Amino acid sequence: MGAFKVFKSLVVDSLDTITKGSKTYHLWMGFLTLVMLIGMYCYSIQLEEGLSATGMSDRVSWGLYISNFTFLVGVAAAAVMLVMPTYVLKDIDFKQAVLIGEGLAVAALIMCLAFVVADMGGPSVLWHMIPGIGVFNFPNSMLTWDVIVLNGYLFINISIPFYILFKHYQNKEAKKSVYVPGAIISVFWAVGIHLVTAFLYQGLQARPFWNNALLGPRFLASAFAAGPSLIILVLAVIRSFTAFKIEDKTIKKIAMIVTVAAQINLIMLVSELFKEFYAPTHHSESAYYLFFGLHGKNALLPWIWTAIPLNVLATVILTFNKFRNNLKVLYVCCFMLFVAIWIEKGFGLIVPGFIPGPYGKIVEYLPTGVEIGVTIGIWAMGAFVFTILAKTAIGIELGELRYKDKKA
Amino acid sequence: MSDNKKWYSLDLGLNNKKESSGSCGCGKSEGSCSSTPKEQVEEELSPEEFYEAAINASIGEERHRDGFEQVFDVKMDRRSAFKKLTASLLIGAGAVTTSCSVTTGSDTKEKAQIDWEEQFKGNYKLMTDEEKQGTINRLMRSYELRTDKKINMTAENAAEDVLFGYAFNISKCQGYMNCVNACVEENNQDRNSEMQYIRIHEMKDGEGFKFDKADDNYYHEVPAEGHFYMGTQCFHCDNPPCVEVCPVQATWKEEDGLVVIDYDWCVGCRYCMAACPYDGRRFNWSKPEVPEPEVNKNQHYLGNRMRKKGVMEKCTFCVQRTRKGKNPACVEACPTGARIFGNLLDPNSTIRWVLENKKVFRLKEDLGTEPKFWYFMD
Ligand code: SF4
Ligand code: SF4
Repeated sequence: MGAFKVFKSLVVDSLDTITKGSKTYHLWMGFLTLVMLIGMYCYSIQLEEGLSATGMSDRVSWGLYISNFTFLVGVAAAAVMLVMPTYVLKDIDFKQAVLIGEGLAVAALIMCLAFVVADMGGPSVLWHMIPGIGVFNFPNSMLTWDVIVLNGYLFINISIPFYILFKHYQNKEAKKSVYVPGAIISVFWAVGIHLVTAFLYQGLQARPFWNNALLGPRFLASAFAAGPSLIILVLAVIRSFTAFKIEDKTIKKIAMIVTVAAQINLIMLVSELFKEFYAPTHHSESAYYLFFGLHGKNALLPWIWTAIPLNVLATVILTFNKFRNNLKVLYVCCFMLFVAIWIEKGFGLIVPGFIPGPYGKIVEYLPTGVEIGVTIGIWAMGAFVFTILAKTAIGIELGELRYKDKKA
Repeated sequence: MSDNKKWYSLDLGLNNKKESSGSCGCGKSEGSCSSTPKEQVEEELSPEEFYEAAINASIGEERHRDGFEQVFDVKMDRRSAFKKLTASLLIGAGAVTTSCSVTTGSDTKEKAQIDWEEQFKGNYKLMTDEEKQGTINRLMRSYELRTDKKINMTAENAAEDVLFGYAFNISKCQGYMNCVNACVEENNQDRNSEMQYIRIHEMKDGEGFKFDKADDNYYHEVPAEGHFYMGTQCFHCDNPPCVEVCPVQATWKEEDGLVVIDYDWCVGCRYCMAACPYDGRRFNWSKPEVPEPEVNKNQHYLGNRMRKKGVMEKCTFCVQRTRKGKNPACVEACPTGARIFGNLLDPNSTIRWVLENKKVFRLKEDLGTEPKFWYFMD
């Protein structure tokens, strides 16, 4: 009963904080709401007309939605890179960053689920996928695995920070024996969500571009570069807009993670390129299409040739301590890396899987306005969710939000 | 508005009034309404339509969304509904309303009941025979309620000791595409997007099987000089990757080897499409439309019954025909005899003769999908 009362008061208090703020804050939230509304409008068009409102077709049957889904699973998984040192290795530097990281994971997961739903042809019968009520093709279908691990990860990432914040809210210390096991599970789980998502594609013998053993590991490496990059950028914003203290040391440590992951990612990219282009087979056609275009069809060239230089440049710059320790340079590099991996792991991964088709047909894919509208709307929703979570968490951590027992 | 539409879509009865004006505005021949004067009918909404229009006007588009309704999506813009509504009120449809109210109520209720049960029914694969019969009865009744036309749908299960297989004679095929057209008509495929299960690939003599150089969308006289033809469709793999990946088991392999889809259970994730190495699957990107007179009314639940938007479909070896002992439409339509279909378990079948006496091969055998579709040459 007592816990429930505290919870109620926490909800009321957090509602209070998230509705109050500076002018910039209100502008930001208003802007996000507007974008979300536009996204919803686009989605209503898609519901009305069917998926023909998107650029997808029988030949390229997954597009922007699934690309973003794939990328965001990576961002969500990256929260673990901060969880591990803080909770398990008792590294103090990460403590503040970790709450932000987990909030980011929650927002990313919500976006993932939204992208999957947006991609469905029959959202009204999605209950068919609920175990127990519907029919759940487990363990045969990797998609069911993905549903389980994503929802499990969402649960873990909500409950751990919630527990900690709930305790802090009441001015109590969070018990290590409660959250450390949870943190350890989430470490394995994060690797799991990413591998399972990679297996979703890797397991299809029909698509040689995906059906390669390096896909899973490359997913991990790129995720651990892109995710923490985003966290650094977010921390930078939080640092300049709130009183929340984040030390340079913390950011620099995360930058270290980004750098190592980006380097490993680059090595794997070289290995992949070598395999595809040194002794090209019939199966290298998708890679040819992606990097050079096939038979005059080259819609992806501008994308991939933006991504590769950004990726290489950012990785090289980050490798030098002198540049990495300069925060301005670091932020720019993180941004470059983030964009590069978004292209590479999204568009650059999903679309060429379908091109050329099973019988060599090349039909290109370009997203439509509706599709882009929905996508941007979902990103805005993610940012919205994250802002709310972060604002509450920061409020509690700064001691602005505290439970006041009326009887006491 | 409805005149220039080349497909059939139920227009609330507002525009195709004339056809249904047989006895009464409610469009029902039997029942308790017999008093409606004919002249009025053209102008008014029948009580049933009135009721529908009222629902439409109040909850609008939402109503169209629920699963089953997408099939028979009621095309109707709200403004015209209001116009008709007011008009009919002024003329005094009230009288008609009362005279027909009993029938109407039960019809609309029945429709709603059917929609409800269809939306929340289970997976066909797991249904008992009674449940299968129940759902096809509902679907037939629903079609009748909406179009006044009867269809005949069966839920025939696979027969024992039958395993269907297909063989394609590359030497004989001339690229006439009769099979493609027969397939479209037999299986009620969407006419708007020109969906086709079969693709005929035109290849150059002397270059071998160069699928990537082949043309599967030609519009010239055939057979073209120096070319040969090869057809592909769903191969009904014995180890189908598309079945493995479906998260909800909306697609599966039947006892007689047919790989089928429950269109009402599919959630439209298109994972199966990505998993198929043979380009065998087609997706309904928008609402499929077939002009009502062209609808093939001999249907099977797993075969050519009407689909809705956002679900997967594909060749079923014409389950509605083959389980009745007939050949698939493509086999029957082919003027060259290039297509051979039959029971692989029957040692006297033609298909067995082909497999035993010809040098047959299958596509992408290295993938381990075991297609039940063989190619051979004379
Ligand atoms: S050809 Fe494709 S759709 Fe048909 S059974 Fe094989 S994998 Fe499935
Ligand atoms: S599109 Fe339908 S049949 Fe195909 S995998 Fe998804 S739910 Fe199953």
